[in-house]
Formats: sequence, structure tokens, C-alpha cells
Amino acid sequence: MNIVVCLKQTFDTEAKIVIDGSGNIDSTGVDQIINPYDEFAIEEALQLKEKFGGEVTVVSMGPEKAEAAIRTALAMGCDKGVLITDPGLENPDEWVTAEVLSKAIAQIPYDIILVGRIAVDFGASQVGVRLADLLDIPSVSSILKLEIDGDKATVTREIDGGTELIELSLPAVLTAQKGLNTPRYPSMMGIMKAKKKEVKVLNLADLGLNASDLQPKMTVQKFSLPTPRTAGKKIEGEPAEVAAELAKLLREEAKVI
Amino acid sequence: MAKGIWVIIEQSKSEIRKVSLEVLSQTRIIANETGEPLSAVILGKGIAELADKVAAYGADKVYLVDDEKLENYTTGAYTSVLNKLIRQEEPQAVLMGNTAVGKDLAPRLAQRLGVGLASDCTGMEIDQENFLKFKRPIYGGKAFADVTSNVRPILATIRPNIFPVAAPDESRKAEVVNETATIDPADLRAIVKDIVMATSERPELIEAEIIISGGRGMKGPENYKILEECADVIGAAVGASRAAVDAGWIEEKFQVGQTGKTVSPTLYIACGISGAIQHLAGMGSSKVIVAINKDPEANIFNLADYGIVGDLFEIVPLLTEEFKKLKSE
Amino acid sequence: MNFELNEDHIMMRKMVRDFAEEEVAAGSAERDEKEEFPLDLWNKCAELGLAGITFPEEYGGVGADYLSYAITIEELSRVDASLGVIISAHSSLCANPIYMFGTEEQKQKYLVPLATGEKMGAFGLTEPMAGSDASGTRTTAVRDGDEFVINGTKIFITNGYYADTYVITAQMDKSKGNRGITAFIVEKGTPGFSFGKKEKKMGIRSSATYELVFENCRIPAENMLGEEGRGFKVAMQTLDYGRIGIASQALGIAQGAYEEAMKYAKERVQFGKTLAEMDVIQFKLADMATQIEAARLLVYQACHYATHKKPVSKYAAMAKVFASETANAVATQAVQILGGYGYTREYPVERMMRDAKITEIYEGTSEIQRIVIAANILREQ
Repeated sequence: MNIVVCLKQTFDTEAKIVIDGSGNIDSTGVDQIINPYDEFAIEEALQLKEKFGGEVTVVSMGPEKAEAAIRTALAMGCDKGVLITDPGLENPDEWVTAEVLSKAIAQIPYDIILVGRIAVDFGASQVGVRLADLLDIPSVSSILKLEIDGDKATVTREIDGGTELIELSLPAVLTAQKGLNTPRYPSMMGIMKAKKKEVKVLNLADLGLNASDLQPKMTVQKFSLPTPRTAGKKIEGEPAEVAAELAKLLREEAKVI
Repeated sequence: MAKGIWVIIEQSKSEIRKVSLEVLSQTRIIANETGEPLSAVILGKGIAELADKVAAYGADKVYLVDDEKLENYTTGAYTSVLNKLIRQEEPQAVLMGNTAVGKDLAPRLAQRLGVGLASDCTGMEIDQENFLKFKRPIYGGKAFADVTSNVRPILATIRPNIFPVAAPDESRKAEVVNETATIDPADLRAIVKDIVMATSERPELIEAEIIISGGRGMKGPENYKILEECADVIGAAVGASRAAVDAGWIEEKFQVGQTGKTVSPTLYIACGISGAIQHLAGMGSSKVIVAINKDPEANIFNLADYGIVGDLFEIVPLLTEEFKKLKSE
Repeated sequence: MNFELNEDHIMMRKMVRDFAEEEVAAGSAERDEKEEFPLDLWNKCAELGLAGITFPEEYGGVGADYLSYAITIEELSRVDASLGVIISAHSSLCANPIYMFGTEEQKQKYLVPLATGEKMGAFGLTEPMAGSDASGTRTTAVRDGDEFVINGTKIFITNGYYADTYVITAQMDKSKGNRGITAFIVEKGTPGFSFGKKEKKMGIRSSATYELVFENCRIPAENMLGEEGRGFKVAMQTLDYGRIGIASQALGIAQGAYEEAMKYAKERVQFGKTLAEMDVIQFKLADMATQIEAARLLVYQACHYATHKKPVSKYAAMAKVFASETANAVATQAVQILGGYGYTREYPVERMMRDAKITEIYEGTSEIQRIVIAANILREQ
């Protein structure tokens, strides 16, 4: 079974967001990690490989330093990496990302494509689904469980207030939700082996694309930070007093009960 | 020339999702400013009766696509039907709720149309040229991006619980257009075999008006019943921090935070939650925040509107009793 | 000279830190309280390859360098110093002497399962009458045909009872003093080998420290490790490398305590400002950070010499004495910064301060380290 995993290198979830002098998000000194949802995709891919054999290829679009995220995926047990990096891809939107990834993936044999359901940086939840449309294959979003039998997959998908059981034919794109599995840590052996694995670095020309055909559909006009909340009232006293006081404030002052 | 704003109405068993009405109500305000027609689009089976309802909430025109193949949402069929309709009618914007359906449908549709999509928006307004712009949280709510597109139509999904539902005006009437669905078998490559709804009577986390959440301070899975009892008195949903989920005390679907659900309830009660940055990202846009924590230095107190330093195991049950009194008044 | 970690080391640090924070940290206080040996965590460490970092792949190891090892022990000890010493004693004090002095057969039989973590190792040198002075060794080994018969008692043995494989020293010819000492490999379960009392300790309480008792314990002659009469050398060289592990453990404790103090100082408000805004606290934090960086450089330098198989004795001793004294100084200051809270078990610095003390004592006290350093520098001049 040939499995492709798309991953994105993102800010650590503990990172504080700072806007620099030119109005952009400042990445100086921020720890970069594999998007946590993509880790679920990687783990699922590795489990499929352990069960059915085959090869797991990790594909990422991003700056050169995103290779570190690919190396981590290789250390976890993925076999090959592809990094698409190009000066023409500085501010891609989800449409651009999906177009580029689809071109790269078209060169790789695949039976299943796994991606995280959302990236914790821009939080768009779009690329996996867009990719499926470009490759003209089905997709299921937010999966919690995956079973494969031949070229049929049965997946459990999270919906609001419950789950759906969906049957579909492969190849397909599945987007991984928290709860699908518990991602493994890369082992020491894995880290040592990862450096011997191949990471292909491609630019747009290698994919037969050029930056002028990839003008983003969406434009960001401005980044801003939320107005910081400030500490409000401290309610003090005996437990019974504070409970009564809080209930009263919520009803009479905040008017939310 | 692209014209009009569309709102895709999400329904299940002829029940309209609250977020669809929120989007419709807010879009009505925008349409009044731009003078553009506002249309609602409903896909499903046996949905004719919903036309009057969406008219009452502001739709000038209602497109109904009634087909048994559309009874349950499937990515393929819904995308195909809407793609055809949008290409035919050329609206300038298509909006829907950022629900499980919206998150799956909108990107597929945007790609099919070759257009941009603003996901999970918490603000929308029009600029001087009557173009829609959107504000959307990024980095799990730690920052915002104002986005727009000069490609038409622009698609957007709107976060639940952000905009109020307007009072319905039953006297409003809308033009109703019945469209037939042509569904290619190729659109049904993924089939819904079963839907299992949680038995809980509590509201869905992302749509709940009130959420009571427990973190590491809950000390174990057995203690969540304290929160559940309180939640049931005030009609709240129960949530959790990542620490509690990672400890295995409560299912992942209850997690609030950057790697869980992002919520904007009217009232968020954080119990035994220290206030890690990744949790705050998921609930920082709540209107009123209450924190109950025994650690006076807990970060959550820095943003709570009401803070109580104390033992949640003592305070929450007492609070439940107080809420009962209020509710019985 | 390059003071930055390479990609592999960065990835290793992140992996061990993630593991430590997600799987180890939450239970540290409880395991300390209950003196509970973390067998499940040991197994997880083994799966991650942490039991055989420095040993070649052909012996079941990872084939990584000493810096990888130091980073691992540092990161584990940052949240749980007990787990740090469990891994360190296993790797440096049991697997490593077998790697350095073992025959090919011994390596295949004992090193491979130790390096993969299938088996746990321990090292028995200390005796009631032989602490810093190994020449007081009273445990005896007597040859009997193709067996050795061992009698005596070892004390304060880290990983005792839980370990499967023990490297021990015994006296074969008392008249020769240190030159009469020989090293042996003894398997758990060998008749005549049992465990005495479990120590109740001040710190590293979730590591196990046991007495080993040998009563006419017969082991095959092929279990002699290194040459007859060279056991003292085996032990001393083992300790040279072991000190890198303990120095890394001390470094981790210092780092953990420092971070706790920093976090608290930024949050705690007194007299209308945070502690971190006060000069008196800033100076403490600055000193702590500086001491830690100095210790880290010494530890990483010792790793460099160990990896390149250059004489390591002086550098390991310097790293150990400095890092362990840093751990004690920093942990004590951390408790001071947290004040009354720091003295309670609500916060981890109380445990860290207790854990730090042992690093000045075991695998050669600070006094012994200074003797080693002095002997080296006097010889060099």
C-alpha cells in the first residue's frame, strides 16, 4: 500500500504570537513543530504500513527549514520525503497549496492520502479537501477510525453531536482528527536512520508550474491581535458565600444565567 | 456580473441549525446596506416547509433542492449540486456555518469553483466597493487576519455563536425556486452507512451558550459528574482542557483549545484549569469567563471576569444549588 | 568549535523532552512520595532506544554519540531525576563495562539485550567497608573448577532487585589489594544471589537502591569480566564514563529547578509587582542561568572526549563535580524563590532539592572528583 501524508510545519502551540513592524506574524525564535493534526495522519499511515506493507511518502510545501519537520516524520518511520519550496510561494493561500501539492502527489503512486484535518496556524481546514477535488478522488473529513479492506475503506467521521460511518472507495483523501490514534515518538534508532533517507527538494519549475499562474485567490489585508482580557473580580469568602455571590453576579451583573 | 449573497442553510430532519439562522440574520444586515438580494439555499429531502422560515429570517429568495439522495450530507452530491447552481446563478458571495458539514463542503466547493474561501470567520463587513471582507481567527485565536478576495464568488464559513439570531418576521415572503438535482453516480463514491448521535441531551460544544469545563484539577474521570450536574441545571455543555483529555479522563471531542474545539459561548466556567496558552486560544473569545481554581497564581485568573480561589469540589456543587434556586425563581 | 546542536541532537532533545513532559512529569511527585519504581516508563524508554544510546548497532544499540546520551539523561532528569539515574546506571555502569571489557560472547549474551532494553542492568561496587576506597572490598570470589564462588554483600546498588544483569567486583587475592579485585557478570536468579534491604532515601526515591547478598553464589568461569586482578581498573574506567551520566542528571535537575523558579517568578506578585521584576530575584535567576550554562559546557565537552575515545577522566570529573554542585545551588535557590510554597510538596522544587544532593555523593563524591582532577592535572604538568 502506497501512502502519502501531507504535513505542514507550524508554530509550537505554546508559541506566543507577535506582529512585527511591517504588520506580519513574527516567527523569530518560535519553535517549529509538525502540525499536531498531521502527526495523527503520520501515525495512521505508519500503522497502515505495518499492517499492509508498502511505503509512506511525506509531502510538504514550505520554507527550506520545513525539512526538519519532514526529517522528524522520517524518524517516526516514514520512508521518503518531498519538500516543495520556492521563492514564488511566500504567501500561499489554500488554493495555491492544494494546486502545488496535487502536482507533486501526481508524481507519486498512492492508494491513500492522509492529512491533518486542520493546521493549527492558519486554521483553514481546507487543503486536504481541496486536494481531493483536484485529484478527483473522494475525501472524508475529521476521521476518528479507519478500516481498510482491499480498495474499500470504512471510516468513522466526527460530525457535530455524533459520528458518521462512511464507506468509500480508494484512493481517497482522509483528514485526521484527534482521537484517531496516539502518535508515536520518533525513536533514537529512527532519528539515526532518518538522515540516510531521501528528501527530494523540488521547486515550482520541477513541477511544471510557475508563480504567475499561482496568484492566491485570498488576500490578507491585515493581521491583528485580540484585545487582551484583563482580570476581573476576585470573589472571596467561605465556599457557600462565594457560590451564592457568583450566581448572583452572573444573573444580575453579567446577565448570562 | 455576479450579484447577490447566498446563505447555505444546514438542516437535519427539517430542523434548521441555529448557526444557519445566525448567518442569515447577519447577512440580512449586510444585504440591507448593499441593496443586494439575499438568497437562502436548502438541500435535503422534504424541505419545502422550510422556505417560509428562512424568509422570516431575511431571505429574499429561496432555492430548494429536494431529493432523497440529499437526505444525508455527502461531500460529492452536495458539492455537485451547489457547484452547478452557483455557476448558473453567479452570486457574489456564498456563506455557511463553520460546522462539520461546512468545514467539509466549503473547501470542496471552493476548489470546484476555483475560488477562495475564508474559513471559520468571526466577523464580516463590506468595504467601499460593497465587497465583503472577513475577520478570522488564526493561531487558534491568538491573532486575527482580515481577508478578502477579488475573485467571485467569495466563499466563507462563519463560526457558530458569533452573530445573534434576529427576531423572525413572519410577514416576510420570499420567492421560492425549486431546482432539481442531477447527481452523477461518481458523486456518491463515499456513502454514509450510519449516523450515531450522542445520547447526551446537552448542547453541542461549539454551539453551546454556556460551557462548564474541567482541567487537571478534576483529578480523575469520576469527578466530571460534578460538572455534568451543574451543566444540566443551566443547559450547559461540558468541556475539558487538553491536560484532562491527555490524562484519559474524558473523550477528545470535549477538548477546548488550539488542538481541540474553538468555542465562543456567552459564559465559560473554567474549573481546575490553569490557563495554558493553548487552552486560552480556544475559549478566549467567550463573552464572560469564570475561573475556579485553588492555585491563586493560575494564569486563568488573569483573564477571568470572575475568579474564585478555592476548591472546585466544594464550590461547584454549591454553585449548582445556587443555579437551581435561580432557575426555580 | 561549534556551540550549537546539530539537527539530530535537536530532534533527540525534542523527542526526549516531549516524552518526559507528556509521559513522565505528571507522575514524578507521586512516584517520589510512594517510592514507586517506574517499570512502565523503563519499558517505554527501552522502546525509544534510550537504553543503549552509545552502543553500536551490532550490539543492539543506537550507535549515537555521548552527547545524545547526555541530552537524554538531562531531559529525563529535568522532570524526574530518578528515571535519569535508572537509565544512567543501566547504560554507563552495566552495559558500558561489558562493552569496554567483555569478550565477544559476553557482548552477544549480555550487552545485546541490555542495549535493546530487553534486560535492565546494575553495577555492584560499593560495600559497607568499601565506599570511596574500593580496596576495602570484602566480597570474595574463589575459583572452583569452571566456576567462581562468590560471597559477600554489596550496598546502595541502583536498579538492584529490578535489574536482570549485574556487573560486580570481588576480591580474589586480598594480599594484592586493588590488584586482587576482579569483575564478574552475575544474572538475577542465580542460586545464592539475593536482595537485602531496600534503602529509604532522601531523594531519587522512585529509583530502587538495594543490598545485594551473595552466599556461595556459583557463576560460570566465563562470566569473569576483563582479566583476573583487573577489576579495579574496570570499575574506575566504568566510573569515568558513568560520571558523564550523573553530571547530565545533575544538569537536568538544575535546569528543571531553574525553569520552575523562572515560571513562578513571572507569575507571583508581591508588593505590587512580579518577583521577576525585582532586582533581588533577577540576580538570583541570572546566577542560576550562568551556572547552568557553565555546567552544560563542561558536560558536553566531556561527551566530546568520550565520543572520540580520548582520555575522559579529568573532563568527566570536572563536569560531574561542577554540575552536581550547580544542581544543589540552583535547586536551593529555586526553593528560596518559591518561598513557603517551594518548601511544600505542592511544587516540584522541594523534590528537586532532595534529588540534587545525591549527585554530589554517588559515583564518586565531590571530594573524590577533586582527587581525580588533581591527580590528572598534576600528572599533566
